[in-house]
Amino acid sequence: MEKKRIVQFTLILVVLSVFVSVPMAFAISDAYKGNIYQTGPLKRTDSKLKVKVGDPAPDFTLPAIFGEKISLGQFRGKKNVVLSFVPAAWTPVCSDQWPGYNIAKDLFNQYEAILFGITVDNLPTLFAWTNQMGQLWFPVLSDFWPHGAVAKKYGVLRSDGVSERALFVIDKKGVIRYIDVHDINKRPPLENLMSALESLNK
Amino acid sequence: MKKKLMSFAVITILFFTLVFQALAANKPPEKGEQLPVMNLPIPKNPEERNYLGLSGSGSFKISQIKAKVVIIEIFSMYCPYCQKDAPGVNELYHLIENNPEIKNKIKLIGIGAGNSSYEVEVFKKTYNVPFPLFPDKDFTIHKACGEVRTPYFMVVKINEDGTHQIVHNQLGNYPGAEPFLELVLKASGLK
Repeated sequence: MEKKRIVQFTLILVVLSVFVSVPMAFAISDAYKGNIYQTGPLKRTDSKLKVKVGDPAPDFTLPAIFGEKISLGQFRGKKNVVLSFVPAAWTPVCSDQWPGYNIAKDLFNQYEAILFGITVDNLPTLFAWTNQMGQLWFPVLSDFWPHGAVAKKYGVLRSDGVSERALFVIDKKGVIRYIDVHDINKRPPLENLMSALESLNK
Repeated sequence: MKKKLMSFAVITILFFTLVFQALAANKPPEKGEQLPVMNLPIPKNPEERNYLGLSGSGSFKISQIKAKVVIIEIFSMYCPYCQKDAPGVNELYHLIENNPEIKNKIKLIGIGAGNSSYEVEVFKKTYNVPFPLFPDKDFTIHKACGEVRTPYFMVVKINEDGTHQIVHNQLGNYPGAEPFLELVLKASGLK
């Protein structure tokens, strides 16, 4: 019996040590100092998509941090739209994704695309968090209430109430042309998104 | 007896777990120490190759750069402070290049922690970065350097005999081109 307990204990410690020693190399910018909550490695994806490439993108209206409400439909016929869902404010990889998009405005313009950053956090949290990123050129939308409703509509709401790290490219006709539900622990390389945008015009 | 044995086992395992972690977590190399092994690709762009005094293809080590001092900035395209400091770091490059006394003695490179080649290029183009930038897509160099936050500056002195040592390390707090150059000159003994 005792022996069994020792074996169990050893196993637990070994497993724990593996988790503790996994390096989290994201959100390493000094801009965030000690304000990033370390989530540790998470299950890569944890939801089931409800849309697929070729489907019309489900419409939605969400509040943006600068006051106005934004509907997907208002861009139909005018702009390609990129939806960037990130899991949560103040977490490692997310804090390291939008600041990159923030210096890629020219690339989005080149492909006649507008970008929306979306999380399930409430507006004040999003406001404080994105302030650390410098002035963002793209609207940041809050899918807080009803909680994660838009994420749920697209099938990217995880079982713990945060969204996946997911990218959707929607063309001017309102059709979904690209979906990347990325491993939540990793940042999607910018080149993948840009080549998806580039292929819209082909 | 069994209880004692169990406590002993637990303490031993805990001890080894801690030691293992201490060894696994690389510390940033300190002043006076050498850099961790960094193999960077020799730039394809001939101007950048010339700037670093390298030839051919394949990879190179920092100590092979033809200079007395190399300033390494570990940055990320995704890092707001690196973005904010970029114009000031460019200015440092121009200050050095426009001064015939130090032009061939101090070289500047950037390493993009977790950045792909494409992402490094976006950063280079956005800020018109005139010195060579290298991608470190899988964080290999970043890990070897103790997973420092960014931007992180390392000033490396290259000795006549090909050896090198770090003479200054700095996390963020970039003071602007002139004060930083002054600091580099003093720390490296060039002044």
